[in-house]
Amino acid sequence: MKDAINIYVEQDGGERIELEAPLDMNLSVMEVLKANEFPVQAVCGGMAICATCHVEVLQSGELPDMSDDEAYMLETLPHATDTSRLSCQLRVTPELDGLVVRIMPEA
Amino acid sequence: MDKITTDICIVGAGPVGLFAVFEAGLLKMRCHVVDALPAVGGQLSEIYPKKPIYDIPGFPEVLAGDLVKNLEQQIAPFHPTFTLGERVDDLEKLDDGSFIVRTVAGTEIACKVVVIAGGLGSFEPRKPAIEHLDKYEKNGVEYMVRDPEHFRDKRVVISGGGDSALDWTIFMAGLCKELTLVHRGTTFRGAPESAAKVLSMAEEGQINLILKSNVTEVHGEEKLEAVTVMVDNTTPHQIEVDNFIPLFGLVPKLGPIEDWGLELEKNAILVNTEDYSTNIPGIYAIGDINTYPGKLKLILCGFHEAALMAQSAYNIIYPDKKFVLKYTTVNGIQELQA
Ligand SMILES: Cc1cc2nc3c(=O)[nH]c(=O)nc-3n(C[C@H](O)[C@H](O)[C@H](O)COP(=O)(O)OP(=O)(O)OC[C@H]3O[C@@H](n4cnc5c(N)ncnc54)[C@H](O)[C@@H]3O)c2cc1C
Ligand code: FES
Repeated sequence: MKDAINIYVEQDGGERIELEAPLDMNLSVMEVLKANEFPVQAVCGGMAICATCHVEVLQSGELPDMSDDEAYMLETLPHATDTSRLSCQLRVTPELDGLVVRIMPEA
Repeated sequence: MDKITTDICIVGAGPVGLFAVFEAGLLKMRCHVVDALPAVGGQLSEIYPKKPIYDIPGFPEVLAGDLVKNLEQQIAPFHPTFTLGERVDDLEKLDDGSFIVRTVAGTEIACKVVVIAGGLGSFEPRKPAIEHLDKYEKNGVEYMVRDPEHFRDKRVVISGGGDSALDWTIFMAGLCKELTLVHRGTTFRGAPESAAKVLSMAEEGQINLILKSNVTEVHGEEKLEAVTVMVDNTTPHQIEVDNFIPLFGLVPKLGPIEDWGLELEKNAILVNTEDYSTNIPGIYAIGDINTYPGKLKLILCGFHEAALMAQSAYNIIYPDKKFVLKYTTVNGIQELQA
């Protein structure tokens, strides 16, 4: 079994930056983004109450369902799209391999 | 306009700013604390008041809100003064080395030392991406309800689906001439009672409720005159309004701190770990707002930084006295005169 997956962050120009996300550390995608110094504030530290870890999913396999908290939070965001997610709620699992996200502006 | 004189002006009333009052007070230095938020406690009060913290030494578990209360109690003997609900916008260094700290509301604090304990920055409203929105700021577009009376007999559109959007809709329904709530979703994140109340008010015609919709355009010559609501993401619908109030929560922004001539690295103030001083003599930065090799954004670390800052600030405030470390166990707490 692989011990890490790859996640891609699409930049404004369309370029995709590849990140390696270890599977054995119980990380969220938010934590992977932060560890790689992407500009996600993640103010609430992963409690699904601040939406400062908002990403748009551009490409993925089956994603885990949203909790009510995540769904409500995204519904109240002015610029959320149909494929918006809170990256703190996405756990790094083998199913996420190849995920492509775009980091959404905060305000 | 108030004018306040003190030894140390602390910018930020989070846990670290509060504890700095204690460390300064032990050395007989008076403090005035300013915060943009209306309550003290910083992130602990604003984000997680009901959550337990497990890594405060000596407290196996303490609720964030209780830690803030304890800190307030601990610093009470030093009679700090506070300006709450006003953001600090400007710092001026005078020729004699002292400072004037100014808030948005024009309050001025004259002090010998400035301690920036601004955490993640000040919490600012999240603004929707609508073209030309900024043109109408103060001219019809408001991001906060400061005084609901301001909206009496006005035609108002509120957008958002969280607690503050619901609460203000309920509160202002009787006040406004016409009130419309626009929400992207079909359900509300706020308290269930508030959501039920808003739905029943809409049924009774006390408010207009437009779900699954966004405000996408704002119009007007000088001041705001109308907004366009994209209904179901397909049908534009124009509403004539006096005010548009987007309520989408708060996001921390470094804000004015960026413009004070301090050396920054990745949105944080670079400090010397000997005493947490910045590149400007007389200005210190402690807690989440600072950075140095090995920095950890923890309350514990901020407390340590406050203690070292205080002994260094002592040399500025009492240049003729020599700093001597005294234990509280031996000396107790010498109350400062109010
Ligand atoms: C969900 C969550 C859980 C956490 N759990 C822990 C934990 O278990 N243990 C731990 O040690 N830490 C924890 N932290 C981190 C901890 O909360 C921070 O380290 C701490 O709050 C930093 O304190 P501070 O006083 O430096 O800043 P803050 O608490 O951020 O306070 C800064 C204050 O400064 C004000 N301010 C900023 N700029 C201005 C300005 N220009 N004018 C006026 N006011 C201004 C802000 O309004 C704010 O009130 C957690 C954080 C979060 C979000
Ligand atoms: S970090 Fe706050 S919602 Fe994800």
